[in-house]
Amino acid sequence: MDSGLQMADGGLASKSIRELQALMESGACTSRDIVEAVAAQIEAVDGDIHAYLEVNKEAALMDADAADARRAAGEKGPLLGIPVAIKDLLNVKGQSCRCASKILEGFTSPYDATSVAKLREAGAIPFGRVNMDEFAMGASTEHSAFGVTRNPWNLDHVSGGSSGGSAAAVAAHTAIVSLGSDTGGSVRQPASFCGCVGLKPSYGRVSRFGLTAFASSLDQVGVLSKSVADAADTLSVIAGHDPRDTTSDPAAVPDYAAALGEDLRGMKIGVAEEFFGEGVDPEVAASVRAAIDQCVSLGAEVVPVSFPHLKYAVSIYYILAPAEASANLSRFDGIRYGNRVEAEDPVSLMCKTRDAHFGDEVKRRILLGTYVLSSGYYDAYYVKALKARALIKQDFDRVFEQCDVLMSPVAPTTAYKVGAGAQDPMALYLGDICTIPSNLSGGCGLSVPCGLSEAGLPIGLQILGPAFAEERILRAGHAYEKARGAFEMGQ
Amino acid sequence: MNESNPDLDHVDVTYVANLARIELSAEETEKFQKELDTVVAYIHQLNELDLDGIEPMSHPHPRENVLREDVPMEGPDRELMLANAPARVQDLIRVPQMMEDA
Repeated sequence: MDSGLQMADGGLASKSIRELQALMESGACTSRDIVEAVAAQIEAVDGDIHAYLEVNKEAALMDADAADARRAAGEKGPLLGIPVAIKDLLNVKGQSCRCASKILEGFTSPYDATSVAKLREAGAIPFGRVNMDEFAMGASTEHSAFGVTRNPWNLDHVSGGSSGGSAAAVAAHTAIVSLGSDTGGSVRQPASFCGCVGLKPSYGRVSRFGLTAFASSLDQVGVLSKSVADAADTLSVIAGHDPRDTTSDPAAVPDYAAALGEDLRGMKIGVAEEFFGEGVDPEVAASVRAAIDQCVSLGAEVVPVSFPHLKYAVSIYYILAPAEASANLSRFDGIRYGNRVEAEDPVSLMCKTRDAHFGDEVKRRILLGTYVLSSGYYDAYYVKALKARALIKQDFDRVFEQCDVLMSPVAPTTAYKVGAGAQDPMALYLGDICTIPSNLSGGCGLSVPCGLSEAGLPIGLQILGPAFAEERILRAGHAYEKARGAFEMGQ
Repeated sequence: MNESNPDLDHVDVTYVANLARIELSAEETEKFQKELDTVVAYIHQLNELDLDGIEPMSHPHPRENVLREDVPMEGPDRELMLANAPARVQDLIRVPQMMEDA
């Protein structure tokens, strides 16, 4: 796959949402054609990449016919007739939802996640379940119980994670767009590794109902797409208040598409040197700085800012996220659903089920989370981390008094080789340093491809905004993307 | 573990695994011991911070008492929920005996 990706079926699968809407509107293709094209592309290339855990083509074709009928009846909409690949932790009624874990083998979702229900209302088609690190814990999709998802740009390398299946599918044109989730960078980092766009909305912007919980104060449903405009269109469909998620925000959903323009006149871009510090690959730093320069040529102004507590972000996150996870994952006990190892008494049943069916990274985090919450350690770790989290929020508050958006690398490196990080969990955790802060603060973030390394692997520009400022980051990302030009494999 | 004087450098993996209801093998216990001690050594860096007087931030946008109208809503389909149970007797989920015989 060195010289560009093979395309099945006339290239419909390689098109963006907006291009496909124009084609469907003009009658040049139908939603059924698009689903067929995506299915053919999966058939052609997913054997090597392994982005998909399940493909539900027949159900998707029926949904496509329904969408075509709605269009024939005069309906229009940004996602009408568009297939959307769903990360394996979002519930789609009647489909499996395994969170890439053996503990949920055999589980069938009894209801739709609200984000999925909103897709359906808009005429979009949930098509296929894509791979991830088990329960979204990991940054490489190597922690899936069902095998690694490889990077379409170079199959020896990881796709990133935890939404690696989502990112690889969009990059390999086996998906038009995909829903993922981002707890510490799980949408933005795989988008960066696979050269696609990744949007993490502000905490509360998209309902978490039906999103299998990892860390409830950090999780947010996100979008992986081929363009910033596609991410904006998808967010406009899935965003909004949900009575079934009390943390979802009641504010009206803005017209994100209307926020997109060609120039960046008047925009202040904050640049904090802490994000370019130790551990950031010089190639990555140079590429991101060049992208920021390009934004300046579009009329933006660079404002040097500081983010003094960045170096504590990984420590804070790896206390709080495991703590919340240890509580959330207590529901996987072999009693009500999923796999069970039978035993003489209920406690042994739970202990044996959880040992047999959780993977190592999930066990590691549950143990760590249980430890920091246990008697005698709660104040020393958990409460301390909650206080330090407030310092990260204060850093952001100060930054956004001085600028509109903050730009940085998404990840310190490009995609590493499969197996390279397996021996040292702590080294992998440090790779989350640039993305974690906006989960801690509740702000929004965007990853936009900005270059290739010498080895030919994508590099991502991160654009961060305060909570509920998606319009700003989308505007910046879209204008940059237009100026950058096409970003395709095999150019 | 000594609760009055917690050992902040070493995770008691056996104790924690029992709290977390995970039955680890001896090899797993040894492996996680090393890995968790490494992570815990790293997160000690928070001790550098002066956190006196800072309010703990448990949530990005704190909200209290989010209420809705007390009206009946359709719940999940009972049959679909029960269909996921690993073991079932009629409309009940079967589990091993919870209590000793009297």
